[in-house]
Amino acid sequence: MSFFQKTQRVVRAGFTSFWRNKFVTAAAILILTVTLFVMGSLLFLGSMLDTSLEQIESKVDVNVYFTTAAPESEILTIKSALEARSDVAAVEYISQEQALSNFRSQNRADDLIVQALEELEENPLGAHFNVQANDAENYEAIVSYLESDAPVVAGSQDIIENINYQQNKQAIDRLTNIINSIDTFSFLIMIVFAVIAAMIVFNTIRLAIFASRDEISVMELMGASRGYVRGPFVIEGIMYGIVSALLTLLLFYPISLWGAEFTKNFFGSAGSFNYFVNNFGELFVILMVTGIALGGISSYIAVRKYLDI
Amino acid sequence: MTTDENSHNNEGLIHFDNVSKIYLEDAVAVKDVTFTINPAEFISLVGHSGAGKTTLLKLLLAEEAPSSGNVLFESTPVHTLDGHERTKLRRRIGMVFQDFRLLSHKTAYENIAFAMEVSGRGDSEIEADVPYVLDLVGMLDKMWHFPAELSGGEKQRLAIARAIVNQPDVVIADEPTGNLDPVNTFDVIQILKKINSLGTTVILSTHNKGVVDILEDRVVTLEDGRLIRDDDKGSYIL
Repeated sequence: MSFFQKTQRVVRAGFTSFWRNKFVTAAAILILTVTLFVMGSLLFLGSMLDTSLEQIESKVDVNVYFTTAAPESEILTIKSALEARSDVAAVEYISQEQALSNFRSQNRADDLIVQALEELEENPLGAHFNVQANDAENYEAIVSYLESDAPVVAGSQDIIENINYQQNKQAIDRLTNIINSIDTFSFLIMIVFAVIAAMIVFNTIRLAIFASRDEISVMELMGASRGYVRGPFVIEGIMYGIVSALLTLLLFYPISLWGAEFTKNFFGSAGSFNYFVNNFGELFVILMVTGIALGGISSYIAVRKYLDI
Repeated sequence: MTTDENSHNNEGLIHFDNVSKIYLEDAVAVKDVTFTINPAEFISLVGHSGAGKTTLLKLLLAEEAPSSGNVLFESTPVHTLDGHERTKLRRRIGMVFQDFRLLSHKTAYENIAFAMEVSGRGDSEIEADVPYVLDLVGMLDKMWHFPAELSGGEKQRLAIARAIVNQPDVVIADEPTGNLDPVNTFDVIQILKKINSLGTTVILSTHNKGVVDILEDRVVTLEDGRLIRDDDKGSYIL
């Protein structure tokens, strides 16, 4: 018998069994769908939580204030040096003129300040940077770099008047801790749920195969090779996975649409429906691969137990 | 032939050579059993429940290994066969069970086709042979029925059809009439006799005295795991 013919028979037997064992098939698909739905929901929540945290993180920055005498060319050199760092997300340069203009517009209602500025002959404000790091944990390294003797920023201490990192440090550290804790916690929750879900699926499929243990032994006594006995069960498990993944995606459509407004307000993200639409391909692949792996591997392991005669 | 003559002939198809199977220290299933089964023989293995009949059959199918001694199939100890060789051995032996053990989600046709598929037979052969063998056991009209739709007698006839479709060297029938009424019992025995007359060795394990007595063939009697009688044209004496 050729490999192709053998594979064809195994696949056909798997499909037939999937179709004929209606009750077992329905039970396995139900459990697997619930499992994939839980896992998919965790992916949704994790992703939206990440977006929220990124938004909060992006609101944190460190300001670097230069002296009024600092030459613009040196300031721009430091800007380039900062931008070249991999831990720096963005550097916004506010020139002396821009700083004064901003200050005027912010205080235009305060006559005393407006009058004081007009009496001054020189611009009293220095240029400054708003530096945003890729990660809140990187601010300390960036500030150390600016205060170091690195050649590209050599002498920067002379023209930098102040870096407001120390004032913000406590808030940044606290935020970093919160973000790290949430990341770790959500990761652990995902792992725990994934393990529980996988165990439930495995046990469901194991029970389904337990019902066929006598037939498995008969097949072996008839001279069927292990692959020939196991194959249809694995195909059946894979079919459970495929159908469950498709059902889960179908379920996510109305549910993500229904929760779109709530998630948009709660997480400050684009909302669950937009996430579903924008990441459909990724979700499809993740759910399909997880479903097929859970169904196929569970069947493979479960049948192995009865293939000992 | 007497017990001694059978015991010392190991040129046959199957030879049980001083075989013992001990599960626990005080649970002896088979003890020092020696006898030979020749090609095309019809042999009844008789004894009360727990006498060791099923254990001997399991040893022959390499489902279990003997604690001591050897079960030889064409001079090869079956318990030494690796997985692939064991599979090949089983394809040469057709099995019929008391509880039929049909594949419940396959039709009568598919049950028999499965036995042919595992032996590597082609689709055209399967399409030709399955109806033929179903006809042989009088089940052609039930070809597309599932086992749940068949009576006990029909199930057993289907099980026999499945066992013989690959033209095995040996058919083992383990209490095949245990769940059948007298009419179906007679039918099943007639089919087994017919298979034997075509040259297939048949090993019938039973404790049905009536069946053994009408066969008038060789009878091997077991008691408490030991072979106590081996008669050429024997009857059920226990």
